[in-house]
Amino acid sequence: MAEYDVASETLVYERPDTLTEVSTHYCPGCTHGVAHRLIAEVLEEMGLKDKTIGVASVGCSVFSYNYFDFDFVQSPHGRAPAMATGIKRVLPDRTVFTYQGDGDMASIGMGEIVHAAARGENITVFFINNTNYGMTGGQMAPTTLPGQKTTSSPNGRDVESQGYPIRVAEMLSKLDGASYVVRRALNDPKNIRQAKKAIRTAFEVQQRGLGFSMIELLSICPTNWGMTPVAALQWLEEKMITYYPLGDYKVNPAVAEIKL
Amino acid sequence: MPLKGRIKVNEMYCKGCELCVNACPQHVLALAPDHITAKGYHPAVMITADCTGCGICSVVCPEAAITVFREKAGPTDRAA
Amino acid sequence: MTREMMKGNEAVAEAAIRAGVTAYFGYPITPQTELLEYMAKRMPELGRAFVQAESELAAINMVYGAACTGQRIMSSSSSPGVSLMMEGVSYIAGTELPAVLIDVMRGGPGLGNIAPAQGDYNQIVHGGGHGEYHAIVLAPASIQESVDLTVMAFDLAEKYRSVVVVLTDGSIGQMMEPCELPPFKALKTEFPDWATTGADGRSKRILTSINLDPAAQEVTNFRLMRRWQEIQANEVRYKTYFMEDAKFAVTGFGSCGRLALSAVRAARAEGIPVGLIRPITISPFPTDLFEELSHKLEALLVVEMNNGQMLEDVLLATHDQIPVDFYGRMGGMVPFPDEVLDEIRRVAKGNLDTAGHPRDRWLQRMRAKNL
Repeated sequence: MAEYDVASETLVYERPDTLTEVSTHYCPGCTHGVAHRLIAEVLEEMGLKDKTIGVASVGCSVFSYNYFDFDFVQSPHGRAPAMATGIKRVLPDRTVFTYQGDGDMASIGMGEIVHAAARGENITVFFINNTNYGMTGGQMAPTTLPGQKTTSSPNGRDVESQGYPIRVAEMLSKLDGASYVVRRALNDPKNIRQAKKAIRTAFEVQQRGLGFSMIELLSICPTNWGMTPVAALQWLEEKMITYYPLGDYKVNPAVAEIKL
Repeated sequence: MPLKGRIKVNEMYCKGCELCVNACPQHVLALAPDHITAKGYHPAVMITADCTGCGICSVVCPEAAITVFREKAGPTDRAA
Repeated sequence: MTREMMKGNEAVAEAAIRAGVTAYFGYPITPQTELLEYMAKRMPELGRAFVQAESELAAINMVYGAACTGQRIMSSSSSPGVSLMMEGVSYIAGTELPAVLIDVMRGGPGLGNIAPAQGDYNQIVHGGGHGEYHAIVLAPASIQESVDLTVMAFDLAEKYRSVVVVLTDGSIGQMMEPCELPPFKALKTEFPDWATTGADGRSKRILTSINLDPAAQEVTNFRLMRRWQEIQANEVRYKTYFMEDAKFAVTGFGSCGRLALSAVRAARAEGIPVGLIRPITISPFPTDLFEELSHKLEALLVVEMNNGQMLEDVLLATHDQIPVDFYGRMGGMVPFPDEVLDEIRRVAKGNLDTAGHPRDRWLQRMRAKNL
């Protein structure tokens, strides 16, 4: 607890207890940290942390299990939605979520995420979209924009030979099994507050047994984009949001009735 | 007069990314030029007394390094 | 207890259910699809979890997740599907979780066919997934044995936090025999102290197979190896037939062991002093038994439905003490007992050519069959 004079001050914000007292390995300015913080805040506010089991994936967030104060398992690359299915099917009253990046979810794990959504698994999936493979040094991802330079598209993504990016939120929203599929961004306070609301909604969807929820969070990767964190926010706003519009792509009627 | 606020940056977590410096509407923050953390980052610090305790810095901080306080309104103060 | 006529795949499924399996995740593949279909009907009847996954890859990862909760979890597949599961098996082993996998082998490599084979011995026994781990591998030769070993598989898996594979083949999966099913075991209500079930009232747990620090990884590797030594010391199982006065022995596992028994009986009727050794655990392998017998026997004949895979483990165990010969059929071909009987007669005649490797001698002999 922060120390302050209760008589003369209010505590406006302090770090949630649900985050462990560990300094993360993420790069300075990496919005993985913002996503982690929001998830921790929401689970704490909902009183769910003692019932939560997180599924860490493979990418920069591979050690996310060190940063949250609840049970966590580690999945092979791409398989988190399958592992989460296994856990949720045997422990249906626990809160189970996966936390995945571009490579993990949209590349190697594409099969697992589509089918978890199609089956309407009552889990929550966080998709951190920063248009590259961060952990391995910034290679092209299924979310890399046309013309975007990465270490494996050094001349800029050439759609003729390297194909087009995949809009995962739009794609999953077409599945009848998906209940709540939205895209938010972590580039400014307003968008971050909207993201937190969406995260809260998604966990409410799970709590109420309303089916599959997925939140795509547009994020920055200053190191691999070769920019300062502040400049990276700019790039997200100008380039990413145009290609990956923010919005609610699938909201089942029952979900629409949730009042937070 | 807006209520006064203050923040505390935990140097165990701050990585000097400047997202808070950039986001603060009162331009109250900057990276300390003459001081580094144990990991070698210049941490964010308050450089003026104009903080209103709005908390926007804590909303954008990726490390959850910032604690935000705001003074309680006294009987004769009015929040602006 | 009454005996019922059951198809192998279904008997194994029912045995797992009675052993208290809480969740089954699988995918259709011949010749084990009946196991999945049986589970699809029975598990929901009992309020237990069943998912037909989108692939074997997904299925084994569902097993991985569910196994993290400390419950009894199972999957099943056949050779090509099991290949897809190898990544998951390595992760499960690296995380030290109990899990049971039924592998109903078929002809290969590649897509092969749906006929019975034993070509995956190396993959399953000597580790198809990457890294240093050993699965316990049980090889039944009848429906009854399949039932009994499936129940045992869950106990061994939990005792040693290990992957246990019940390795059968298409013939055992498909045939029907009378068998006695075990009584129902209650589902688990208490879970191990490593299980991730939600940290209510306790500190958090993490289940992972990552150890970025090589020194820490090596500690895990040594722990797995010491546990394997314990398994080798305590869990070897085999059956022997007519060995008391045997001068020769045939050895084979699973269906091959069973059909070799017919040949051995026929040979005994001709007065040939031959016996049969049928390993039930092919991992851990009954090395000591073979080592012992290599001091008493005049020759050994290994019979498999593959290119000589258990053969290598027999050779290692007998280390040149006695001549070892090999007879194998591949690609889904199942040897007739007559073929094995011919081989027994040949071996019993003596004057065995022992030059070169038994596999090469077998390949040479098979030219006579235009193979």
